[in-house]
Amino acid sequence: MAAPKKNGQQTVWFQNPPVILSAATIVGPKEGQGPLAQTFDKVIGDNYYGEQTWEKAERRMLMEAMQMAIQRAGLTPQHFDCMLAGDLLNQIISANFVARELGIPFLGLYGACSTMCESMALGAMLIDGGFAEYVLVGSSSHYATAERQYRYPTEQGVQRPLHNTWTVTGAAAMVLARQGQGPRITHATIGKVIDLGQGDPMDMPAAMAPAAADTIARHLLDTGRSPDYYDLFVTGDLGVYGRELAVKLLQQKGYDVASRYTDCGAIIYSPEQDTHAGGSGCACVAVVTCGHLLQEIKAGRLKRIFGVATGALLSPTSTQQGETIPAIAHGVVIEA
Amino acid sequence: MTQNLDSLPAEMRKKQYDQMVKEVKPRPPVIRNVFWAFVIGGLISIIGQVFFNIFQNWGLGRLEAGAAMSSTLVFLAALFTGLGLYDEIAKVGGAGTIVPITGFANSMVAPAMEYRTEGLVLGVGARLFTIAGPVLVFGIVTAWIIGLLYYFFR
Repeated sequence: MAAPKKNGQQTVWFQNPPVILSAATIVGPKEGQGPLAQTFDKVIGDNYYGEQTWEKAERRMLMEAMQMAIQRAGLTPQHFDCMLAGDLLNQIISANFVARELGIPFLGLYGACSTMCESMALGAMLIDGGFAEYVLVGSSSHYATAERQYRYPTEQGVQRPLHNTWTVTGAAAMVLARQGQGPRITHATIGKVIDLGQGDPMDMPAAMAPAAADTIARHLLDTGRSPDYYDLFVTGDLGVYGRELAVKLLQQKGYDVASRYTDCGAIIYSPEQDTHAGGSGCACVAVVTCGHLLQEIKAGRLKRIFGVATGALLSPTSTQQGETIPAIAHGVVIEA
Repeated sequence: MTQNLDSLPAEMRKKQYDQMVKEVKPRPPVIRNVFWAFVIGGLISIIGQVFFNIFQNWGLGRLEAGAAMSSTLVFLAALFTGLGLYDEIAKVGGAGTIVPITGFANSMVAPAMEYRTEGLVLGVGARLFTIAGPVLVFGIVTAWIIGLLYYFFR
């Protein structure tokens, strides 16, 4: 017998849809100059944020986002049954070290840039499953910490290719609760790892677009909904041309979403900011969802969205050993 | 190309998708890049030549003036890297900033700055050559081979 709260192959539905009680965002200076600047709660002055290292700066951003979200919900860390978080750094040190300070029972996640939606999906499952009353979820990334781990030292003189995306510096957190006022998470679609043979680590959108398309198509198939059920499909960090790829792939699968589909990476920077293809990183989808999108939902301009965070599951070692880039995309439905 | 990729066997699917990626991906502006590489690379060379002439005027011989000029360029590249300007120039100049000796200096100073946070020994010391290392290794190996060839066939 199929699991009682499962729809189709990969989608779960929530009997009592968990509430997004509050959210908070902090971003770096570059994001603070972008078109979504007004939607963020805090913009830090420089990439170090008063710390000795970039890693510590990233950690501090995640910590403050978490604290801000907790405070806004009118809660304290003691109220939380569980915290779910992750980031891009080896051994997810940002999330682990923040969890050390907060003292909330913690499950660390790694889904690369898909971590935000992964944490929201799992948090919602914990709550609707009756295992938690309050769950704290969040994710962070930092341009400099990601660059030095995955690519080159930041001061290294390199010419980034035009299809390259820029890792977003920022952190976002969300408080999920069993009851209360706010938008609700009604469904989640857990992605499969998809690899269509793309191997260029400077071109992660190409690796991730098939995963995004797969999860979106699977979600529509599982729920039996047509694309116009949603006001907006939002992918995490495919950037400008990754979005184009996803649209084409979905067209092949028989879904036309182009008119109601945007990508966080494609809207977080303006073309003048010279990031080439747009934004990427765990924080990209996290800060846009917790900021801009939730605000649009609260303002009534969006009613139902399907957010799909995309992650490229590569490591510098796997790339050097000639492996292609596996990718994943997890989706959550947020309804006003 | 409207065929659904899902219906294809794995290898075909990868090939078809690769084709699609190539169609969508922005093409690198080769002409513009080559132009700026020429201009910036040329500019660095001119600066080198100016220093070379100055040092020769100060009475240094050809070899010594060359060495002094190289050191000066290395110093300037290190300074510009430290000031956070070299990577900005390289963004435009591309190979024009990477190939001259200044690019080599940049590739040493950048990791030195970057890994300072992991300590002097295991940070700076161990990772100073992460990018310059391969250049040195293959440069030296090439020199050996050329040396050997020269020895046998001169």
